[in-house]
Amino acid sequence: MKQFRNNRLLWVFALLGAVLVWFIAWPLLRTVLAAGPHMLWEAIQEEEVRAAISLTFSASAAATLIALILGVPLAYVLARASFPGKALIEALVDIPVVVPHSAAGIALLMVFGRQSFLGQLFGKVGIRFVSAVPGIIIAMLFVSLSFLVNAARDGFRSVDERLERVARTLGASPWEVFWQVTFPLAWRSILSGIIMMWARGLSEFGAVVILAYNPMVAPVLIFERFESYGLSYARPVATLVILISLVVFLILRWVGRDVEA
Amino acid sequence: MLKHERGGHLRIEGLHLTLGAFRVNDLNLEVQAGEYFILLGPTGSGKTVLLETLAGLHQPERGRIVLDGEDITYSPPEDRHLGFVYQDYALFPHWTVAENVAFGLALQQQPRWAHWFPWMGGRYRRAAAQSDEVREMLALLRIEHLADRTPKYLSGGERQRVALARALVVKPRVLLLDEPLSALDPQRRENLRRELRRIHEALGTTVLHVTHDFEEAVALGDRIAVLHQGKIEQVGAAETIFRKPATPFVAEFLGARNLFAAEAVDGENGMARLRAHGVDVLAVTDLRGKVHFTVRPEDIVLSRQPLDSSLRNTFQAEVVEVAPRGMLAYVTVAVPGEGGDALPLVAAVTSRSLEALDLHPGERVVVGFKASGVHVF
Repeated sequence: MKQFRNNRLLWVFALLGAVLVWFIAWPLLRTVLAAGPHMLWEAIQEEEVRAAISLTFSASAAATLIALILGVPLAYVLARASFPGKALIEALVDIPVVVPHSAAGIALLMVFGRQSFLGQLFGKVGIRFVSAVPGIIIAMLFVSLSFLVNAARDGFRSVDERLERVARTLGASPWEVFWQVTFPLAWRSILSGIIMMWARGLSEFGAVVILAYNPMVAPVLIFERFESYGLSYARPVATLVILISLVVFLILRWVGRDVEA
Repeated sequence: MLKHERGGHLRIEGLHLTLGAFRVNDLNLEVQAGEYFILLGPTGSGKTVLLETLAGLHQPERGRIVLDGEDITYSPPEDRHLGFVYQDYALFPHWTVAENVAFGLALQQQPRWAHWFPWMGGRYRRAAAQSDEVREMLALLRIEHLADRTPKYLSGGERQRVALARALVVKPRVLLLDEPLSALDPQRRENLRRELRRIHEALGTTVLHVTHDFEEAVALGDRIAVLHQGKIEQVGAAETIFRKPATPFVAEFLGARNLFAAEAVDGENGMARLRAHGVDVLAVTDLRGKVHFTVRPEDIVLSRQPLDSSLRNTFQAEVVEVAPRGMLAYVTVAVPGEGGDALPLVAAVTSRSLEALDLHPGERVVVGFKASGVHVF
């Protein structure tokens, strides 16, 4: 607070910023406050709502798991090696963030749709993407993998390479060095990447709705209720989702603070 | 048992290496088993890269690295059994001191299958941290009391000891030290220098130590190689290199100095008596035994008459050479010592006083310098 004394600039900037803070906080607060506990309770008791929420959480978790298995190794390569085309790959990893998510959904449909080569290939082993859970998972994966890959890459980069070198001279193979030195030291960053990616997956609507309107994830359910029955019917579900996201967000902040300590 | 059976013998043959701006061309070097070998070169002469190459962290373009007769040029670092200590120690920040030291040992002691499941390594590392070997090594480096601490809260000197313990506990065939003392303040540097000597004597490990600090090189090295632009300019014992620099670079890099190996014993008034080339020189120092000392040429006074008695060191000498260098002149004199030996000293005098003294080779002169002007290390 001391900084505000005799500093008019800081006051002006703070007032401008306050408008934005109000703009974020008020709608969220309004939604949460408008819905009474009994309304939320009713919403939770609905089978459809529970199914949508648990589907959202588990599909996002599955997408995160896939990114963990495929994306963390990629992040390590990007952090440690230099090769032609590296900048291109790094840009490519970021692209899902800037592409409109409905467009991302269309693009995925082109590759994983029923008529596509991959769609048919997976169809042979019984995996369907359109209007099915695997479609939801790949949609979430596509739009949120950047968060995990980038966080893991930055985590690996922050590990001093000489620690790995010393470990080698002490008799550790590269495999052992990765698991005993690099990964534990980058773990905090990777964990915050996991939470960010998972949270981003939960909120995905655009790409998911194109690949799989049904089974419905929570954001699609809110949309559907709003379209078909109106605001008052959509609100309890929206409130529930906001509250859950808030909890996830708090966990994320808590983990982030630990990284600095 | 911490003592090594025998340190490794390292030979580098015709090594060619390019890494960024750094180049090594046709480097040849032999480090004897159990030797403390110093690679001395200016900052930025690529000494770190050279050490990393020996450790297997970079690939040379040509040449061979031979350890105890075995060609290890292309072996992976983990198979070479070379210890490595970085300038800023590179301790594992997520483990305790004891675990840091135990890491290499745990890798040796764990069952073979455990190498495939390294996420289970913590168990073996924590067990090894309690082992006698680790405890003895911590004791040797006088850091037992730090065993359960995290590197974050250690001082520079303590970190350096941990890094040394970690490298030594696996009994490396050669210990590679990269500027191990230069991140420390002078007092700690002095202490740790003595520690390094003591540990080398206690363990008998072959040491290859790179530094840009000539004092460090002289104080520690059995032999010294001077490295310049990726080439070895000269190899030999400290005094030889200083007495007879083989190339202009060596002469310039080391400067014109009076450097001598000596035996230090107690002298009068708590001073030390240093015997070099059969001549006794008095110095202010606590060091005893095998030491080196220098006297700056500017601190040496020449006179035709007997000198005033406040100078502790005064000798009759013979002028050997007079070399004018602009405003200054370097006069080399020989102080006759016992057994027909003689202590060669270089004095710097202004050209004006040279004129007044009118010195010529073969003439007699009195030389003097203060006991406090003798730098012992």
